Amino acid sequence: MKYLQQAVIIAAITFAAEIIKYFVPLPVPASIYGLILLFVLLKTGLLKLGQIEDVGGLLLELMPLLLVPASVSFLTVLDTIQGMLLPVLIMGFIGTTVVMIVTGSVSQWIIRRSGKEKGHE
Amino acid sequence: MSEIFAACSCFGLLMAMGTYQLARAINKRVGKEVCNPLLFATLLCGAVLLGTGTEYDIFYENGGKILEFLLTPATICLAIPLYKQFKLLKKNAGAVLAGCVAGVAAHMAGCALMLFIFHMEAAEYISLLPKSITTAIGKGLSEELGGFPAITMATIMLTGLFGAVAAPPLLKLFRVTEPVSQGLAIGTSSHAAGTSRAVQLGEIQGAASSLAIVVTGLLTVVAAPVFARLV
Repeated sequence: MKYLQQAVIIAAITFAAEIIKYFVPLPVPASIYGLILLFVLLKTGLLKLGQIEDVGGLLLELMPLLLVPASVSFLTVLDTIQGMLLPVLIMGFIGTTVVMIVTGSVSQWIIRRSGKEKGHE
Repeated sequence: MSEIFAACSCFGLLMAMGTYQLARAINKRVGKEVCNPLLFATLLCGAVLLGTGTEYDIFYENGGKILEFLLTPATICLAIPLYKQFKLLKKNAGAVLAGCVAGVAAHMAGCALMLFIFHMEAAEYISLLPKSITTAIGKGLSEELGGFPAITMATIMLTGLFGAVAAPPLLKLFRVTEPVSQGLAIGTSSHAAGTSRAVQLGEIQGAASSLAIVVTGLLTVVAAPVFARLV
C-alpha cells in the first residue's frame, strides 16, 4: 500500500498547487507552484523523501511518455504552423545552439575564475 | 477503421504506450539509442492517425488524456532531483545562476530579433518564448500568455531533439569542457530531452542539466510575461 500512500501525497500536492493557481492571478502554471511547494516541504523536513520517492521517481521516468499525446497534437496545427516554419526551424537549430554556447561559456568562465581565486589563497 | 478506434476506450493509451515501448525495445536490441522514444512514438501515432483518417480527438479522448493528465504531478516531482542535488547547486550557485540567466537572456533576445525580422503576429511570437523549457511548463506558459500551445510544443520538441543529438559535438567545438557547465548548457538550451543525453556524458553533467531545467523553467516563467509585452 506504500504506492497508494505516495500517490495520495503527490495528488494532494497537485491539488494544493491548482488551488494556489486558482487564487493567484499570475500567468504561472500549477506545476510550477507544485514544484516549489514540494521542494519547500522536502527542505523543511515536513515531508521525507521516502514518502514520495517511489511514485515520484516513476512519474519522472515516464515523463517523455506523458508528452506523447501533446506531441501528437502537432497533427492539428500542421496548417497553422506552415506560415511559421522558417522561424520555428531557425529558433530550433540556431537559437538552441546560441543558448547552449552562451550558458556553457558564461558558467565555465565563472567556475574557472573562482577556482583560480581559491588557488591563490 | 476510425469507427473501431472510436469504440475502443484504450486506443490512444495503447497506441502511445505501445509505440514508445517499441522504440525502447529497438534501442535495447541495437545496444544504443538509435531512435528517440518520444519522437518515434509521436511520428508513428501521427502516421497511424493520418493513415486511417482518425481524428486526433479520438486518440486524445480514448486514453491519450490519461497520460497528459499525469504531466502536472510529474513536473512537480522535478523537485525531487532538485532537492537531492541541492548541495551541488549551492556550491556552484553563482555559475548556475549566471549561466542560466545568460542563456535565458540570449533566448529572449533571439525571440525579439525574430519578431522584428519576420513581423510575426503576437500569438506566434509568444509561442516561441517558452521554447527552451520543459514541455509541461512551456505548454502551460504558452496557454497562459495567449500563444499557440501546439506551435510551442513543436518548437520545444525540435529544440530537445536537436540538443540531444548535437550537444556533445557543439560543446567540444566551442571548448566547453567543465562538466558542470556542459550540464548547465544542455539543460538550459534543451530541457529534459537534452538532459537524457547529458546523463550519458557523466553523472555531474546529468545533475547540472537537471538543475538547469528547473532554474531555466523558473527564470522563463518570470521573463516570458515581460517579453510578451513587446507586442
